[in-house]
Amino acid sequence: MDPRKLLRIISLPVFLLLSMIAFAQNRVITGRVTDASGNGIPGASITVAGSSVGTTTNATGDFTLSVPANAQTLVATSVGYERRELPISGNTVSFILSNQTSSLSEVVVIGYGTRQRRDLTGSVTSITSKDFNRGQVTTPEQLIAGKVAGVQITSNGGAPGAGSTIRIRGGASLSASNDPLIVIDGVPIDNTSLSGSANALSLINPNDIESFNILKDASATAIYGSRASNGVIIITTKKGRSGKPTFQFNTQLSASTNSKHVDVLSADQLRSVLAKNTTSQGAAARALLGTANIDWQNEIYQTAYAEDNNLSVSGTAGPLPYRVSIGFLNQDGILKTGNLKRTTSSINLSPTFLDNHLKINLSLKGALSKNVFANEDAIGAALVFDPTHAVMSGNNRFGGYFEWVDPNTNKPNVNAPRNPLGLLYQKQDKSDVKRSIGNVQVDYKLHFFPDLHANLNVGYDIAQGKGTVYWPDSAASRYARGGENNQYRQDKQSKLLESYLSYNKEIKSIRSRIEAVAGYGYQDYLTTNYFFADYNAAGVKQPNSDPKFDLDKPQNTLISFFGRLNYNFADRYILQASFRRDGSSRIAPENRWENYPAVAFAWRLKQESFLKNVNAISELKFRIGYGITGQQEGIGNYSYLGLYTLSTSTAQYQFGNNFYTMYRPNGYNPNLKWEKTETYNGGIDFGFANNRIIGSIDYYFKKTRDLLNNISQPAGSNFSNVITANVGNMENKGVEFNLTAIPVQSRNFTWTANFNITYNQNTITNLTAVTDPNYPGVQYGTIEGGINNTALINSVGYGRGSFYVYQQVYDGNGKPIEGLYVDRNGDGIINEKDLYQFHNADPSVFLGFSSNISYKQWTAGFTLRGSYGNYLYNNVYSNLGTFRNVYNLPYIVNNASVNYLETGFNNNQYLSDYYVQNASFLRMDNIYLGYNFGKFMNKRVGLGVNASVQNVFVITKYQGVDPEINGGIDYKFYPRPRVYSLGISLNF
Amino acid sequence: MNKRIIKILLVTGFTSVMMISCTKDLNRVPTNDVTSLTVYSTPAGYKQALAKVYGAFALTGNQGPAGQGDIQGIDEGFSDFFRLFWNAQELPTDEAVIAWNDATIQNFHKMSWTSNDAFLQGLYYRSMYQISLVNEFLKQSTDAKLSSNGISGADADAIRGYRNEVRFLRAFQYWVLMDLYGNPPFVTETAAFGAIPPQIRRADLFTYIENELKAIENVLPAARANEYGRVDKAAAQALLARVYLNAQVYTGTARYADAATYAKKVIDAGYTLLSDYRWLMLADNNLNNPEFILTINYDGLNTQGYGGSTYLVHASTGGSMNPNTYGIPSGGWYGIRTTKNIPLLFPDVTGAADKRAQFYTNGQNLDINDLANFNDGYAITKFRNVTRTGAAAPHLDPGGTFCDIDLPLFRLAEMYLIYAEAATRGAGDMNLALQYINTLRTRAYMNASGNITAAQLTTDFILDERARELYWEGFRRTDLIRYGKFTSAGYLWPWKGGVFGGTGVPAYRNLYPLPASDVTANPNLVQNPNY
Repeated sequence: MDPRKLLRIISLPVFLLLSMIAFAQNRVITGRVTDASGNGIPGASITVAGSSVGTTTNATGDFTLSVPANAQTLVATSVGYERRELPISGNTVSFILSNQTSSLSEVVVIGYGTRQRRDLTGSVTSITSKDFNRGQVTTPEQLIAGKVAGVQITSNGGAPGAGSTIRIRGGASLSASNDPLIVIDGVPIDNTSLSGSANALSLINPNDIESFNILKDASATAIYGSRASNGVIIITTKKGRSGKPTFQFNTQLSASTNSKHVDVLSADQLRSVLAKNTTSQGAAARALLGTANIDWQNEIYQTAYAEDNNLSVSGTAGPLPYRVSIGFLNQDGILKTGNLKRTTSSINLSPTFLDNHLKINLSLKGALSKNVFANEDAIGAALVFDPTHAVMSGNNRFGGYFEWVDPNTNKPNVNAPRNPLGLLYQKQDKSDVKRSIGNVQVDYKLHFFPDLHANLNVGYDIAQGKGTVYWPDSAASRYARGGENNQYRQDKQSKLLESYLSYNKEIKSIRSRIEAVAGYGYQDYLTTNYFFADYNAAGVKQPNSDPKFDLDKPQNTLISFFGRLNYNFADRYILQASFRRDGSSRIAPENRWENYPAVAFAWRLKQESFLKNVNAISELKFRIGYGITGQQEGIGNYSYLGLYTLSTSTAQYQFGNNFYTMYRPNGYNPNLKWEKTETYNGGIDFGFANNRIIGSIDYYFKKTRDLLNNISQPAGSNFSNVITANVGNMENKGVEFNLTAIPVQSRNFTWTANFNITYNQNTITNLTAVTDPNYPGVQYGTIEGGINNTALINSVGYGRGSFYVYQQVYDGNGKPIEGLYVDRNGDGIINEKDLYQFHNADPSVFLGFSSNISYKQWTAGFTLRGSYGNYLYNNVYSNLGTFRNVYNLPYIVNNASVNYLETGFNNNQYLSDYYVQNASFLRMDNIYLGYNFGKFMNKRVGLGVNASVQNVFVITKYQGVDPEINGGIDYKFYPRPRVYSLGISLNF
Repeated sequence: MNKRIIKILLVTGFTSVMMISCTKDLNRVPTNDVTSLTVYSTPAGYKQALAKVYGAFALTGNQGPAGQGDIQGIDEGFSDFFRLFWNAQELPTDEAVIAWNDATIQNFHKMSWTSNDAFLQGLYYRSMYQISLVNEFLKQSTDAKLSSNGISGADADAIRGYRNEVRFLRAFQYWVLMDLYGNPPFVTETAAFGAIPPQIRRADLFTYIENELKAIENVLPAARANEYGRVDKAAAQALLARVYLNAQVYTGTARYADAATYAKKVIDAGYTLLSDYRWLMLADNNLNNPEFILTINYDGLNTQGYGGSTYLVHASTGGSMNPNTYGIPSGGWYGIRTTKNIPLLFPDVTGAADKRAQFYTNGQNLDINDLANFNDGYAITKFRNVTRTGAAAPHLDPGGTFCDIDLPLFRLAEMYLIYAEAATRGAGDMNLALQYINTLRTRAYMNASGNITAAQLTTDFILDERARELYWEGFRRTDLIRYGKFTSAGYLWPWKGGVFGGTGVPAYRNLYPLPASDVTANPNLVQNPNY
């Protein structure tokens, strides 16, 4: 059916009902709102200054408005443009809006509404496309890395499409999630991992994104209630522009190279190490050496190319503003065999009906991605594999790859590393991933009561990941079982329904503006996991591998009621209160519902009479806020229920001659409830020199209680010795400073710069139900080497993620003495009681500095990003820097880290603080240069070119491959490549 | 105005209806997991729950070989009952050293463990876990529950029988806790879910175990009358014999006469020694085996895990040993060996005379210079995942990893040794004791050449004989403590106390510490002295 007809049918009864209401108006003003180049701006808001009378422009930017007889001035506002006021003279008023720079009238997207920056009471940062990072950006969050105070974005590695760890003000949790809520065009998305996808967010094309709004403090986020403790990132995609279709085509080619190798011994260094070893072990190891000289890291990495093409068309067809885009990305990884092919498309339609009373915004985004995952085991294998043996053995066994064989069995030696190239080329790990996010947002301004809007938002987020893993029967890694040929599949489906009423009223008589919002939200997350039997390469099913169930459908639902009241007096005092009540299916009915209130106050000093005429100061505002937010990520879907699980066929128990599958009662916690974070925030916004210098400084204090913590249960009281329970408190406090300046602004030359710096201190204040001074804390952070070895701890009185190690003793030359540690508790024995908390994986300070210069048609800029006070455990040194690693078991010789030449350690000393290294760094993330040729071909075609380099250099003392590794432990890290890109953009 | 109000009401009314209709969606239930009502609705369900109570001995979780572990805070492969028990009972003694560098594993042999030890914590939680499973089973199988679940007649009688068996398993785990940790938390089926258990003193726990075993002794199926792998009367009597033997350690009061009485009850129940000692720990040791009283059953295809016999075979294989010989084509793990004290107990290490000497010496050094080097210390070949004919294990998995060997918790030979020791300590018939010991030695030597005389039968002889017969079966720490040799400087072995030649350590190490994690979680617990 013709969609317009459908809409008309749907709207008919509403229209009939409402058309009975007539308005008494005195004058009719018509006009048009255009941008600097004369294109109409649809959806711009037109109001009579000092009243609530207003309308929005239609698809072509035109408007008609009945105004009271005494109306003097009209105000036009639109997202991305400067606010403009014009006097009413005659019956026609036309606005030309200029593009927005960072300024007070900038419209900021907040939860369930928008607001002008000057009216904000909370800590909100907005980044629009013009400030995004340049170069090959495959996943959206990388667009704003280093741009926002208080927000730390660390990519998880250099694989194509790899995700990032995003921390806003250090996160609020210990064991539960520290990831912020991400809302795309009004749809809170499921950002948990998806089978077959490196990163769920990588299915959003960064080229479609118009802006990021980051809500940081509770007064801004609390309207999102139980999902807001770690901040909220609101992503808005590009919308249709008015007028004739405008096409935009961007293409970018890039080449990625590995910027740094892990330092391991060369073949000759290894030979020389073994030549010097006079023990029988040395002799045995020498006998195993080959004659080749291989740098395995050279073998596994490549220069990788990528192309990223994007085409969009935007315009208005009849009453219908639209934007349609498609994108195609084809990116190879620097680790050989890896590839990501991604096709994305988005459609946005934003028509208005009923004399602009009914606004509909339809947004659909789709992505298809085909991944070939390079086997990242090759990264670790390349460090350790003997460099004296050639890649290929010269015979056909194991696909021709040289592998260590146990001479007793003539099979691959299970204790040996596998040939890195065999790992890469013999494993075929492919996936097909689809994702679509869409929503329809209907905003209806009531005919009979135009101060009131009813807003309905219906959305979905569906995804499917499926893939196959194949190893040939010759592969040493799967030799005994004859290879592997398996599949997997996961479907995800999230449904969203939100409706709210918003009321806006300016009461001029008492110089007040009131905004009120009240609404309801329903969101349901359903995952379907499919289970498959296990097959070898020949298709022979492995014994007992049939799954007990074909699928599992974990599901959780969140229902919310929310409201917000904003009161603005005389444009000077702004008071805001918000409230949300959330109910989650993950929590037992007794604790299911929780309230999340927030209150904030802002005082715009600039509006006071004593500052109003001080021209040097263009803005000065104080903000304070308090609120409570919550967290439910970290609670299992059904963990409050006592349930039994049936065991698999490989976990049966034998009675007599029969095997029985087992029913296991699972540990559970009927008392689980929300983790809650109280946030206090105080801030100052300022602007000088006509807002050429603007900035803000914020102090925050966050206290999380009822931490969702994996905590030991009294033995015998539950069916698991560790369950998730609400025990513990943690605090984050910090200061953020953000400064944006335009030091030079002239007709031909503009220089803008942004500097942001954040200090964050995290302290765990309680971890146990009963205070126990002897309790060291929760150890975690499994390291490579040995089993059950962990390097990190969460301890009361320390920050999250302290290293927990022995204090190394050094000789007179500063060389660590193997196995000799300080007896810190003085009991004469060196054991776990001598471990101590030593530095922290999280930085205390992080900063970003961006600069952008435009001179005539040239633009150039860079982004620097730094971090101070963060340490890393160099697991490459600790695991590979010993002779035990070179030769321990017969029939295998391994390579070592260059660190062995320094320490000469014989055995691994995993928990020495010697391996905890300062990983503070300063990284040049991005340098770019662009040239805009302007318009030609009768001014119909615009052309621009640009070049950029990403990951240009890193300044650090850290001795491993990269100082910036999430989780505090450096091993098998997929190196971040250096990326050289060239791009062309065409507009027509 | 009225119309306007009506319309506002209409809009809000519509919205509210929508809201209310959806809140019931907050009651979500899982797809595959079920509640106790479903599990216990059929006799088959009870048997599957019983399988879990037993299976907690043999498996590390609900997914073989790993993936849904029962015990948290430790790598799942390490969380197997017998592997943890074995490490705690053997690694601190002269019987075993390990080459690995997994967390605190070296602290066992160096006798420097602390209350933060992940392995000691793992064993403690594993034992308490099985006790929790027993308590749950007992709660779900009361007569009232059976009748409300609609189970009656022979089905109900069978389930009442299961109750006696799981009570034995609980008593066994309390024995483990009593022996290793002394004063554990104490919880039975009368405790509510989530209630914080009180602590029990070692001597009180002894009384509880004694009473519990005596209560079920006569209602359990007769010896060898139950299904293979399940508890019978002889198992309860065998545990009583073991507990009485060590009563002096547990309570301060010796009970050797009771030990002799109960050992003899088992001996007289119709068990005989397997004819060849070297067949005891093979893949087919579940077949034609008259010696085993109660076993933990492992299976390469159906009961997969990285503990139990899979651990013992792999970890003891390394050096120049051919993995195929030991039935593990996927290869050895180069871990555990023995100190020289054990091979030196035998007349020769080749096993030519005493067939119990199952050592691998090729390329292995008798002395241990480096604990981390598999070649230092003789390897032990007692556990082999092959059949008596040397054929591959019948249920070997395609990857060649998981073993079929069942591990005996109780076997007849131990009962002979208990009786004989009690006798040498003045609480039994010395002639009978000599006869029992010579029965063992005749099997060991395959003839009477190794038999001893009455004069040779001393208490100290029994300790050595126990080592020769039972080495690596999880007895050594308990035995050395009973003989006062575990911590004292009077008996040394290489690297005892972390010193090459061995040294004594403080006597408080005769008990392991309660895990710090539980002392923190359970305010009722008082830590063992000096930890």
